[in-house]
Amino acid sequence: MAEEKSKSNQSNSEGLSLKSVSLWQITWRRFFKRKSALVGLAILAVLVFIALTAQWIAPYDPYKPLIGIEQVQRREKPCIHLLGCPMDKPQHLMGIDGNVRDEFSRILYGARLSLIIGFSTVSLAIIIGTVLGAIGGYFGGWLDNIIMRIMDVLLAFPSLILAIAIVSVLGPGLINALIAISIVSIPAYARVMRASVLSIREMDYVSATRALGGSNFQIIFYRILPNALTPLIVQATLGIASAILDAAALSFLGLGAQPPTPEWGSMLGSERNQVFTAPYLVFYPGFMIMLTVLSFNLLGDGLRDALDPRLAHVHG
Amino acid sequence: MKKSEKSDVNLVEVKNLVKYFPVRAGLFQRVVAWVKAVDDVSFTVKYGETLGLVGESGCGKSTAGRTMLRLLEPTSGEMYFNGKNIFKLKGNDLKAIRKDLQIIFQDPYASLDPRVAIGESVMEGLKIHNIGTPKERFDIMIDTLKKVGLEDYHARRYPHEFSGGQRQRIGIARALALRPKFIVCDEPVSALDVSIQSQVLNILKDLQEEFELTYLFIAHNFSVVEHISDRVAVMYLGKIVELADRNELFLNPLHPYTQALMSAIPVPDPHLKRERIILKGDVPSPLNPPSGCRFHPRCRFATEICSLEEPLMRELKTKHYVACHYAEKFL
Repeated sequence: MAEEKSKSNQSNSEGLSLKSVSLWQITWRRFFKRKSALVGLAILAVLVFIALTAQWIAPYDPYKPLIGIEQVQRREKPCIHLLGCPMDKPQHLMGIDGNVRDEFSRILYGARLSLIIGFSTVSLAIIIGTVLGAIGGYFGGWLDNIIMRIMDVLLAFPSLILAIAIVSVLGPGLINALIAISIVSIPAYARVMRASVLSIREMDYVSATRALGGSNFQIIFYRILPNALTPLIVQATLGIASAILDAAALSFLGLGAQPPTPEWGSMLGSERNQVFTAPYLVFYPGFMIMLTVLSFNLLGDGLRDALDPRLAHVHG
Repeated sequence: MKKSEKSDVNLVEVKNLVKYFPVRAGLFQRVVAWVKAVDDVSFTVKYGETLGLVGESGCGKSTAGRTMLRLLEPTSGEMYFNGKNIFKLKGNDLKAIRKDLQIIFQDPYASLDPRVAIGESVMEGLKIHNIGTPKERFDIMIDTLKKVGLEDYHARRYPHEFSGGQRQRIGIARALALRPKFIVCDEPVSALDVSIQSQVLNILKDLQEEFELTYLFIAHNFSVVEHISDRVAVMYLGKIVELADRNELFLNPLHPYTQALMSAIPVPDPHLKRERIILKGDVPSPLNPPSGCRFHPRCRFATEICSLEEPLMRELKTKHYVACHYAEKFL
């Protein structure tokens, strides 16, 4: 009976009158009522699908030049059969890039890379930032001072400049760019976390757990963290967008992903001088970056509204 | 347990409790001043009784209650529970004694974790102290919920699905689940409307009889305190100014401050003419309390000595303690 009861939040076998709704469920419902958030989610779903299936849906190898395989020129215009391109020519939806590779295949593989970059940098930054912010906010005093002053120093630099500085120390490369972007985004999470912890640790339910004999560990992990999570989720979603943008910028400057990696920023960077002669080679990578960033921003805004604590008591 | 059976054994003994909060300012966050929230307070609570603690907002009564349970660290003083000095305990000893000392909070909306089903909240203490198997814990939880008038199917619901009065009863159940001996009730009914207040007060009274609980009942409402307390202590600006049995205090208040508070209790008789003592001004800041008797700037009877010398707690009648230089003239 005990196990059945404790796990029975999902099952409503006892009927409607006994149905219970947790805050997460309310948030979920409210999220699904926002059109812009759903658009963001839909775009993201397509991108995730592309990223997962790139190796099957991409018509060509993104790394291998087509020299000797097909009769195509460098930076040849897109050839789309539906739009009147002769059927005897091979189809290249987004044209051929400067190294005679299929641009469309490279764009598809780029989605995989960008999402990995976004999620991994933000995950790393969140783990470090949350721990630092929670420790600072909960224990306060000199520990808090030291942590937050270091964060202030990191925040004092424009994030991209600092990322460039870190990459120049570590050396160019995708992994180093990821580390650099993680480091620059730590302060944002540390601050958000610290602010939530500062307000939540004064709540009576935290005092109640202490009065019941709960340890600092139990208080932080079972009482404070779950309640501090909502602003962090919003920050993280928006943070993925800026991490992808930063990574693209670093790659554009030649500090991130190195050729021949199909990374949108580096594809943009390597063809930037051909913007007038082959605009499609600049347009598609730029458009994809824009679409990805937009989807995360829409999603983040939707989550922010859905998680708004001022609406927390309203049934969705 | 009837009133007459209540023993004379002290369960809780607070001696010279002091709690100052530092005020920090400037670049290096140096301490520039102290808020003297509780300043040298001593009292005892007898086994099975309810001690009411009344005073205006900001007089330090909640701080005193929370410091006694080590939710705030005391600045100095001693607190004995069953002969053990709570303020000296550390680590596992402190955790073990917390089973016996519980608190009920004022704000029923802030005292329950909004992300945890209330059954889990009520079982939390049992889990922390590793009491019983999951099944036994579940049974204790259901049993405790029923004791406060809730049903078993409520256990899986979340705090936002309950009214204020129900939440307050859940808070009581959470404190009760560990079967404590002493409960600090920190204004448990101030946030509720009047019809619910009596319901919660009666639950507290019934539980006291059933589980032989001892209460420290903090409130700013004299009628509530009169209803539930055996003895009453009156606090003003971090100090206890008067302490006596309930009937004695309400019939013969000896401190001018208590008298002023008494005259503010509404009486349901529109024709009754009585003297209203209106206190001048506001409560002074606990940052810089007045010299001598802290009440002297607002006291009708204050003379020079009141601003110079701090009055000591004196037993003017049996078990009636008061801290006033001129209390004799009200005898």
